[in-house]
This record gives sequence, C-alpha cells and structure tokens, in this order.
Amino acid sequence: MSKAAVIPNRSPAGEKTVSVAPLRPASAGTAGAPALAPRNTGFSAAFRHARYILGENAVTGFAFALFLVIVLAALLGPYLVPYDPLASDTAAALKAPSVAHWFGTDQLGRDVFSRVVVATRLDFLIAVASVALVFLMGGLAGVAAGFFGGWTDRVVGRVADTIMAFPLFVLAMGIVAALGNTVENVVLATAIVNFPLYARIARAEANVRREAGFVLAARLSGNGEMRILLAQVLPNIMPIMVVQMSLTMGYAILNAAGLSFIGLGVRPPTAEWGIMVAEGAAFMVSGEWWIAFFPGAALMIAVFCFNLLGDGLRDIVDPQRRT
Amino acid sequence: MSETVPLLEVADLTVEFSTRRGVVRAVEHVDVRVAKGETVGIVGESGSGKSVTSYAVMRILDRAGRIAQGAVRFTGLDVRAASEDEMRDLRGREMSMIFQNPRAALNPIRKIGHQIEDVLEQHSQADSSMLTDRAIEMLDQVRIARPRERYHAYPFELSGGMCQRVVIALALACRPQLLIADEPTTGLDVTTQKTVMDLIVELTRQRGMSTILITHDLGLAATYCDRVMVMEKGRVVESAPSRDIFTAPAHPYTRKLMRATPRPGVALRDLLPEDESVAAHESLNRYARPRAEHPRLSSGNDGVDGPMLVSPSSEGAGIAPLLVVEKLVKEYPRKRPGGPLAKIFARQPAPEPDTFRAVDGISFTVARGESVGLVGESGCGKSTTSTMVMRLIDKSDGVIMFDGEDIGAIPAKSFAKLPLRKRIQMVFQDPTDSLNPRFTAARAIADPILRLGGMRRRDAVRGRCEALARQVGLPLDLLDRFPHQLSGGQKARVGIARAIALNPDLVVLDEPTAALDVSVQAVVLNLLQELKETLGMSYLFVSHDLNVVRLLCDRVIVMRAGRIVEQGPTAQILVSPQAQYTRDLLAAVPHPTFA
Repeated sequence: MSKAAVIPNRSPAGEKTVSVAPLRPASAGTAGAPALAPRNTGFSAAFRHARYILGENAVTGFAFALFLVIVLAALLGPYLVPYDPLASDTAAALKAPSVAHWFGTDQLGRDVFSRVVVATRLDFLIAVASVALVFLMGGLAGVAAGFFGGWTDRVVGRVADTIMAFPLFVLAMGIVAALGNTVENVVLATAIVNFPLYARIARAEANVRREAGFVLAARLSGNGEMRILLAQVLPNIMPIMVVQMSLTMGYAILNAAGLSFIGLGVRPPTAEWGIMVAEGAAFMVSGEWWIAFFPGAALMIAVFCFNLLGDGLRDIVDPQRRT
Repeated sequence: MSETVPLLEVADLTVEFSTRRGVVRAVEHVDVRVAKGETVGIVGESGSGKSVTSYAVMRILDRAGRIAQGAVRFTGLDVRAASEDEMRDLRGREMSMIFQNPRAALNPIRKIGHQIEDVLEQHSQADSSMLTDRAIEMLDQVRIARPRERYHAYPFELSGGMCQRVVIALALACRPQLLIADEPTTGLDVTTQKTVMDLIVELTRQRGMSTILITHDLGLAATYCDRVMVMEKGRVVESAPSRDIFTAPAHPYTRKLMRATPRPGVALRDLLPEDESVAAHESLNRYARPRAEHPRLSSGNDGVDGPMLVSPSSEGAGIAPLLVVEKLVKEYPRKRPGGPLAKIFARQPAPEPDTFRAVDGISFTVARGESVGLVGESGCGKSTTSTMVMRLIDKSDGVIMFDGEDIGAIPAKSFAKLPLRKRIQMVFQDPTDSLNPRFTAARAIADPILRLGGMRRRDAVRGRCEALARQVGLPLDLLDRFPHQLSGGQKARVGIARAIALNPDLVVLDEPTAALDVSVQAVVLNLLQELKETLGMSYLFVSHDLNVVRLLCDRVIVMRAGRIVEQGPTAQILVSPQAQYTRDLLAAVPHPTFA
C-alpha cells in the first residue's frame, strides 16, 4: 500500500492519544509484561526462553540431551554400529560383555549393542507414528467435541468410554491379532488405545475456549465455525497437546515393545527391544543376563526420557503449574 | 493521631520479587501509618503496588516475593521478625482481609456457616456449643436476611453481594483491630457496592476498628476514607487527608488521576491530562487525513463495496433510524430436575413457566451517528440484548431491523458469512480475552479484513492494518507483538482497530473500558468519541457505569430485569430521572463530595 508508506511513522493520532506512556518503543515497558519482549522475537527469543528453562531445570536439560541421543541413534544408528545386527556368528554365541562386544552377544552370536542401537529407529518410528495418528484422531475429535458440543460431544464421548472399558493392553493385543500381525497394525492399535486420553484433554481445553472473547470476535469477523475451530481454537490447545504427546511417546514405545514381547507385531529376526527382551528372558536363569538387560535398559531410558521431556515441556508451556 | 502509638506502622517498606528477569521492586520505600479507628485509603492504578503493600503487612506474599527492607509494626509487634505461628495467630484475629473476588475467597463446597465457624474455632473465640449461634449472629450482623437458613447455604447459592457480606462476616468474626479491604467492591454493581461499603464502615465504626481500603476508584476512597495515599509504580506520591487530596491535589500524578476520573459536570476531553487535552482539541483537523484516505484506500480493492463508504452521518441523522428493535424477547429454558424420562412420566403440568425471560419485550432505536447507552446492573439483560443485536445468539421473539432489513430473522449461525456482518461490529469487555493469544496484533486486526473485506494481497492487508493502527493510536512497531506483550490500553486499541476495520455502521461497545485503569479509560473513551465523529458510526454502549455513559452517549436506556425502565436524552435521564430505579443508581455512585 503506497499510501501507507507516504505517511510518516509517527502518526499524529498516535502522538496525541497515548497518554499512558511515551508512544515510541519506550511504551513497551508500560506494564511489566511487555518488558519481557525485546524486539527480536521469533527464533532467537524462543532459543533464549528454552535456555532459561534448561538453566532453571537441569533435569529437563538432561531429558533434552537424552532425547537428542535417541534421535541421533534412530537416524544414524545403522551406519555407526560395529556389527551387522542380523549377522549371526555361532562361534561367538552367548559371550559376556567385552571390549569387542560391549553388550555381549546373544544365542546366535549377534552383537547385542548393534541390535540395541539399530532397534532405536524402529521403536522410535512406531512411537512417533502412533502418537501422530492418535493426535489426528483423538485430538481433532476431542477439539470438535469440546467446541461444538451436542451430538458431536456425545458420540466422541461414548467412543472414548467404550475404549476405556477394556483393559488397554488386552485391547491392543486384540486389535493386532484381529487385523494382522504387522508393524502398521501395532501403530494403529497403540493409537486407538490412547484415543480417550487425547480426546478428553482436547475436549476439556476446547470447551473452556468455546465462549472466549476471541472466538466471538472471530465469528464477528466472518469466520465459519470450522475455521474458528482449526485456526483459532486448535493453535491455542497445541501446547498442552504437545506435552501430552511427549508423555504418550513413552507409553507408545512400551506398548509396542510389549506387543512384540508376546509375539505380536514385529517378527523375530528384526532388531526390536521388546523381542530382544523376550528372547533374552529365557537365558536369564542360566546367567546370560546381558541379552535381556541391555534392550530392557534402553527401553526404560527411552520411556524415562519422554516422560521427563513431557514434564519439562509442561514447564515451558505453562509456568504456573510448575512444581 | 501522632501523639498515640499507631496501630500499624510501616516504615521504608521495600518489597522485591525475584523473576526470571532479575529482581523487580514492586514497592519502594513506602511509609504507612494507621491510627486506631482510622480509615486509610490506598489508591493507585494496576501495578502501583497497593495490593503488594497490604500483602507484606499480612506477610502473605507469594514465594517469589520478600520484604527486602523496612519495618512493619503492628501494635508494637515486629511483623518481619514474627514467627509463622505468631503470624497465623495474628491473621484473622487481629488483622484480617477482604479480597476482591468474594466467590474465590470462599470455599465452594463448604456451607458458609461452617466457614465462619472454622475461623472462630481456629482462634478459639467461642466454645463448640456456641459456635453455631455465633456464626448465625455474624450473618445477621452483615445483614443477611434469614441467617438461620442461610447458615446452610453454599457460596454458589448466593449472589455476589451476599458472598461479599459472608466474606466480611468471616473477616470480622474474631473482632480484629485492623481490616484490610482489597478492592472489596470491584466486581459488584453500584447499588450493591454502596450497601457493602456502608456496611463495612458501620461495622468498623461500631467496633472502633481501623481500615485500609485499597481501591482504584478515587470517588470511593474520597467517600469512605479519612486519609488517602496515592501510589504510583511502587511509591507513595502523595499522602494527605482525603479532603485535601481532592480539593488541592499536590502531586501531578494525583491531579492526572483526578482529571481522568469520570464525574458529573465534565466533558470527555477534560479527562485527559492538561497538556494533552489542548492537543485533543485539534484532533479533528488531524483526523481529516486518515478520513480522506479511506475512499481511495478502499476503492483500490473491488471487494470493499460502495454502501459501506457512504458516511452515514451525511445522509442526515434521524430520518430513518439505523437500528430498530421492537418487542425483543429472549427466553431461556429453566433447568428442571430429571432427564427426558422424567418429562415423559411427569403427571401434572409444571407449576411455573418452563422458560426464563432474560429480555422481556424491549423496544428502542439507534439513529445514524448516534450513541446510545444501555445501562443496568448485572443480570438486567443488557448483554443479552447487545448479543442479540450483534446476531451472535438468536432472539425468541420480536423484531431487529437494521437499515431496513430484518436481521433478527436471519439465524445467528448463518449470519457470520453474510455481507451484513461487516456493518455491525463489536468491541469486547475484556481486551485480553477477546484477542487470540496465538495471533499477533496485526493478524488480529487483519482477521475481519481477510474474511469479509475481500482483501487478499498480503501487502494490501498489511497496509490497511497499519492505517488502522495509526487511526487508533497504536504504534506500528507493536503490530507484530502477541497480546501478552501488550499493555491493557494497547490491547484495547487492537480490539477497537479490529472492530472498525470494515468501516461498520453500528459498533456495539460492551463495557469497553471496564477492565482498564482510569487514565487509560480516559484515553480510550476519547479515542472512541473521535472515531465516531470521523467515521460516522453509531454506538450501542453497554455499561454499568453511569459516569462513563454520561460522557459518550447521546441517549440512555436504563434496563432492569429484562425490561426498559426509562429512556431518553442523556442530560434528561441523568439530571432529572423519572424512575425511582434510575435515581437509586445515580445516588449509589460515589462522588468526591467536597470537590
């Protein structure tokens, strides 16, 4: 708009009307809160905020570091490991941890360290995919239920109730057994099992914003209901959903590993933590503890990491609830 | 007073809060003396440290805050050095507090009688056999009718004014020597405010108690306090007997506050500080520029159609009213025990009607370029009326004609996308709540332009946003900030810019300044008046504050219980009201009487 460019920045209207404080950038400091927003918003501000949180809470920093390690292992694992995770070497079977084999070898002589690292990618993928899926299903259904109310709310609510009526792990087992023994179905089953959690949180968060002033204002601006839901309400509940996603990541990994442990989902030769624990369990009694221990520890650390991360994210998103 | 030992003596008090941006001093070098039987007012705008001072006295600062310096002496006891046990004993028994929000101060799941007993028991003021009697006696003293029945009431069963009385009963139950009232009437209607304040004064006088009244309302402080302290940014700028403060304010900040307070006999411009009101008189000339800019700006974009640009005032006010409301009714179903099954099996018809009339057959008009005030106490149906006019909810009966079209017949759901939508806009009560926290100021202002203005090009929209920001006096560099990075006044400007973005004919102002400090309110009211003159809009101004309505409105409609009590020109209604209810409303507004 050329017109706008011609008019000098210091509008007469502006000069006159603000008596609260000087008009120019100095007015940023009028009410405490604005002072915390220097001009460089966006990326650097987000970085500073994150650094502040990490500095305040070392545990969250640790969780973030651990998360980075897991992501790196998932991305680069297969290229870094010393041995082929599938190559068996019966001569070197059931060797205890040593310099050559850091985590020892299993009954087929496969390197446990390589298998644990390589398995990160599969487990991580299952967790991410199922969390993304459940966010799309549960999150959106919940937001719609909370925002529209009425029959939408009733349908979503009853679906969630029905799912919660089952023991969740048994339900996941049933779904995988019925649909077929594939990784995709493990992802789907994990997502369905988590559906009520997401639907309920999204519903509650959307419900309190249903009559918020900015929703009314959006209606006055000519936004349709669907657009208000997706463009105005959903972004506002994203922070809390992200926290929830991090917390469920741990559960999703555990669920996937649990299904593999009982023989559903991922099939034996593949490196996967749940299968490895299952295979190693038989050798615990005979003293070869390392086969089950290291994948189990990896599983525990991953779940632990995601839970800590969720707590940390909650602190960032909602400083009021900080403990 | 100075010869006796004061009840409370605060000397050189400094309170610090440690925040992530380092230590913030909320209160600096504050001295307060309260003599026995004296009522001291602490007046200031938000963030002036008035509440923090009182929290420091009670030692109920939150974890981040600490008394960095100074002394607090209460009847000779050093509050800073006292142990937590001693303080707990002191609070409630010797000094007690009334909070701003009475509902939040009461436990929602405990009967009010039991809550009063709790306090008595805590400080062993009565033995257990007497507890109930004492609690009922307290309820009786705060003028709660039928105290024996109300003893068993839960807070949600009582009105806001009644809850505040229960809180007063709690505060006075142990006959403390000092009462700190922190904005005790802010959420209450004027008539309720008057009865609550009169009650506090009467009870404290009877008992020879001292009171600290914390308020942002100069009129209230003037009416009820012996001495007033004015605080600004954590410092006391002036402290004097209230008569002196109001007749001869010494400090410039006090003068600014005094000027900004709406009161009878002043014009809108008089609210602004001296130096700025001179500038304001020239404002019309200055506004000529943005006005001339409008047609050109819009005609470049085919989406903005013609009729919108016709200045409504040029068509001549009063020929055909812009808005005609006739016999408007809004009914809400009453809640009944039992679900659908109970309805089916119900033998006899219900004794009372199934519906509750929030708005009961009201009729009024708004002419072009006119501002009409809709006044009444909470629950009178004024917001329901304005929401129906806004077409956000559907009417039950009656007619809403807007510029010759029966907009009442269009369902609220489908109204959002009609071209008519852009001609009726609204400024909301709470500027914080009405801005999406995830949208920048520019995005919020651009929303109606994108949806209804027909502008799509990014730079065109941005240009319009900047023009609007200039018009409402919002610095352009604030456009890319999020709501939490803006002050209350700046957020109000964003809300106003959004409302006028499409050059509407009618703007509903729903208590647009209720959440703002008086000095900001003065500026915003002036801004609204100027915008109305420049753009030729009509205003429907919904408010409970008669002094504000007086300044901005040509005509006033007084509502009560869903009906119109009285309507007419502002001067007539406010100077010689016909209805008793209007007279009561006017009488309840506290004025500095000795001015």
